[in-house]
Amino acid sequence: MLKSHLIAQLVNLLAAGLLLISFAMLSRRRTQRLILLYAWQGAILCLSTCLVAYDAGLTELYYSAALTLILKVIGLPWILHRLIERLGAQWDREPVVNIPLTMLIGLVLVIFAFGLAQPISEMATTITRNTLGIALAVILLSFLMMITRRKAVTQVIGFLAMENGLFFAATSATYGMPMVIELGIALDVLVGVFILGIFFFQIREQFDSLDLHHLEALKED
Amino acid sequence: MPMPPFTFHAALLFPAHFLPLLLDIVAGWIILGLLGLFRPRSLRLTAHLLFPLGAAACLGVAILSGVFLATGHAPELMVLPLGLPNLPFHLRLDALSAFFLLLLGVSGAGISIFAAGYFRSGEGTAPALLCLQYHVFLASMAVVVLANDAYLFMVAWETMALTSYFLVTSQHRIPEIRRAGFLYLLMAHLGALCILLCFGVMQGGSWQFTFDAMRQASLTPFWATIAFLLALLGFGAKAGLVPMHAWLPEAHPAAPSPVSAMMSGIMLEIAIYGLVRISFDLLHVQYWQWGVIVLIVGLFSALFGAIFAAVQTDMKRLLAYSSIENVGIIATAIGLAILFEASHLPLFAALALCAALIHALNHSLFKSLLFLATGCVLHATRQRSLGKLGGLIRRMPWVAALALIGTLAIAGLPPLNGFVSEWLLLQSFLFTPRIPHAFLNMLIPLGAAALALIVALAAYVMVKFYGIIFLGQHREASLVHAHDANWLERLGLGWLALGCILIGVFPQLAIRAADSVTGPMLGATVDSQSSLWRIAPIAPEQASYSGSIFLLGILAVIGISFLAVRILAHGRIRRTPAWDCGYPWQTPRMQDTAEGFGQPIRHMFGAILHLELQLPSPTDDPPRYRVHIEDRFWRTLYEPVARAVRRTADAIAVLQSGRLSIYLLYSFLTILVLLVFVL
Repeated sequence: MLKSHLIAQLVNLLAAGLLLISFAMLSRRRTQRLILLYAWQGAILCLSTCLVAYDAGLTELYYSAALTLILKVIGLPWILHRLIERLGAQWDREPVVNIPLTMLIGLVLVIFAFGLAQPISEMATTITRNTLGIALAVILLSFLMMITRRKAVTQVIGFLAMENGLFFAATSATYGMPMVIELGIALDVLVGVFILGIFFFQIREQFDSLDLHHLEALKED
Repeated sequence: MPMPPFTFHAALLFPAHFLPLLLDIVAGWIILGLLGLFRPRSLRLTAHLLFPLGAAACLGVAILSGVFLATGHAPELMVLPLGLPNLPFHLRLDALSAFFLLLLGVSGAGISIFAAGYFRSGEGTAPALLCLQYHVFLASMAVVVLANDAYLFMVAWETMALTSYFLVTSQHRIPEIRRAGFLYLLMAHLGALCILLCFGVMQGGSWQFTFDAMRQASLTPFWATIAFLLALLGFGAKAGLVPMHAWLPEAHPAAPSPVSAMMSGIMLEIAIYGLVRISFDLLHVQYWQWGVIVLIVGLFSALFGAIFAAVQTDMKRLLAYSSIENVGIIATAIGLAILFEASHLPLFAALALCAALIHALNHSLFKSLLFLATGCVLHATRQRSLGKLGGLIRRMPWVAALALIGTLAIAGLPPLNGFVSEWLLLQSFLFTPRIPHAFLNMLIPLGAAALALIVALAAYVMVKFYGIIFLGQHREASLVHAHDANWLERLGLGWLALGCILIGVFPQLAIRAADSVTGPMLGATVDSQSSLWRIAPIAPEQASYSGSIFLLGILAVIGISFLAVRILAHGRIRRTPAWDCGYPWQTPRMQDTAEGFGQPIRHMFGAILHLELQLPSPTDDPPRYRVHIEDRFWRTLYEPVARAVRRTADAIAVLQSGRLSIYLLYSFLTILVLLVFVL
């Protein structure tokens, strides 16, 4: 009982870390930093999954933790890092909405997410049910990051962070998704990053920059 | 009481189950199409092997379904474990499907053998691809007829629409053809949407989409009527009933001639099949008002088609409008049948439905024949405009002779097949006073008058069609080099012409086939009094017709005149130039033109047409005469709808700002709103 309580506390702590990282991502403008933060997010996710797996005695969750470690802590950050070096896209431009305002909107979103998660958390039986609000907040914050950034690379990082949030929501609410689905999602994310990487090169070739406002010209009148 | 000639042998020669064999043929068509892909550019493979084999398969379908009809088998059911999980394909072969398969087989055989000789290399789509599309088109039409659940029906129906779209746009480098194809695809999809909704209504809350379940479903009068109207809209769009006809005069001229023949000769009839299947079989004809609607739509389409055909100057457009007219006649007959059936007069309903079915069969024969003949003319002269043809009877005697049979048949002259169905339809109009509705039985005879007008106009159109193309003098010097059809083309044309003559002379055959449809469906058959020599659909003292005696009479008159001339005037014949009416100097330009031929009709029915006329002024050099005829429905129906769609689209397009962050914001807000609603 005590052990379980301790683990729940630890998971809550990690969840708080996850939320903090999300806010950090919102405020950062250097892409390399963002990738580092993304990797940290993955590491926390991996750790918390391991803890949940230990507590619930589910071997499946260990596998998904391992998958997280390989893909989100090592694989994707490395790919993105290489991409950015080759593209020379170290800096994002001034965001659409300035950073302090974004943080304020983020706060509102966190409150909103907690309000939403309240009724679900009461239904859930897992030890990690309190973290569902945080998971939801991470999803919304990542989405907010995608909206406010101008460069394609940062949007992709936002997209990946959103996936992290979804993963966390799944582990905290129902001890994770079935293995098949998890593998599928992991593969999707990997392939998605590859395809987006190709798109980066195409966009840069066309417009000599990764700035997305050039894409506005593609609109059909 | 004559026996069907092959009842005895059929039982010995043919297997007890027809449906598996028919499905084998359908699969065979698809395999034939795929075989061509091994050598996509090889015209010899497709022309000398695949199309003739396809024609043989058509013949097989015709024989199988003919035997099925003649022996009066019980309906055959089959479930194929294909398609989606838990949603297998249901198939059913009954008399109605067999009748339309017979139609498909007979016309398809002629068209396929013609197509073997028709397609040339280097024109648009590669021959093997055309061959694939063509055979998948055939197969999908056969499956539409055999389908016994809404799912398979829609799959086959859409396959039919798509393959025919690709066939229409086989010369896709020409912008007008792409435009015509798009219009066709649009109308086909609107129609398919209506049919889909119709099935949705007809399942009646059971969520079972097999036709068997739909037969059992009990619908309220309101929903039954909605289902019927949706079916009329959907199938009407495919069949070309006014006002959903706009695609027809665009798509038919755009397509290669065998494809036009298939679309006009078979596909339109398949749409008629759908209408008959749904209104008689699945909805069990409940209200006489349905009949009145179909009757009015049919008569109007027929009149509209005939008038527009009379003023066309493009030979394929002329035939396309003539198709609208013929489909209108078929719809008129169906409307009458519904009216009689709902008034509990099954015998007369059987007569009207019989007229509809036989006219469908006839139309598929003579319209295919004429479209194929225009294909020959097109290949020989590269001209579609009537104003540049003329005098081809001397250069293309085969095509001219065979087209003459089709022309006479479509004009409704005895002893050819067009007369039979139109006569049957007029007969059924004569029984409308028995309908127990005071106003209806007074008003419907007006329909008979309209029908007589339509038939006369159709004859007028055909005189114009044949006269301008084949008679007179060449209007262009290049026509001297026109060549006749090759032997495969002649074979195809001859097969269809033979069908026209056979049904005309022995209408008993067609009536017997139609009887085996009306018997199970309406519980009445019409030919109880017929013999080998004559048909008497209701009673011999009422009316009877004998194609064979008519033919014998014609032959006798010709023979007697020939002999009389030979015997009485023998040796005293001398050849002189024909009397030139006092105008010894005549040029091709002095002949009546297509425009001139249509002028009286243009004048009389000016109110229906939208006419733009430019007359030459006396000082013009050279004088120009230009007349442009437009369908009024374009301005009154299609353009407003198109504008409304455009306006709506523009209003929605405001959302499309082009900025990625705005798009993301849309999804973000959607998620937030959904979350608030759900939780």
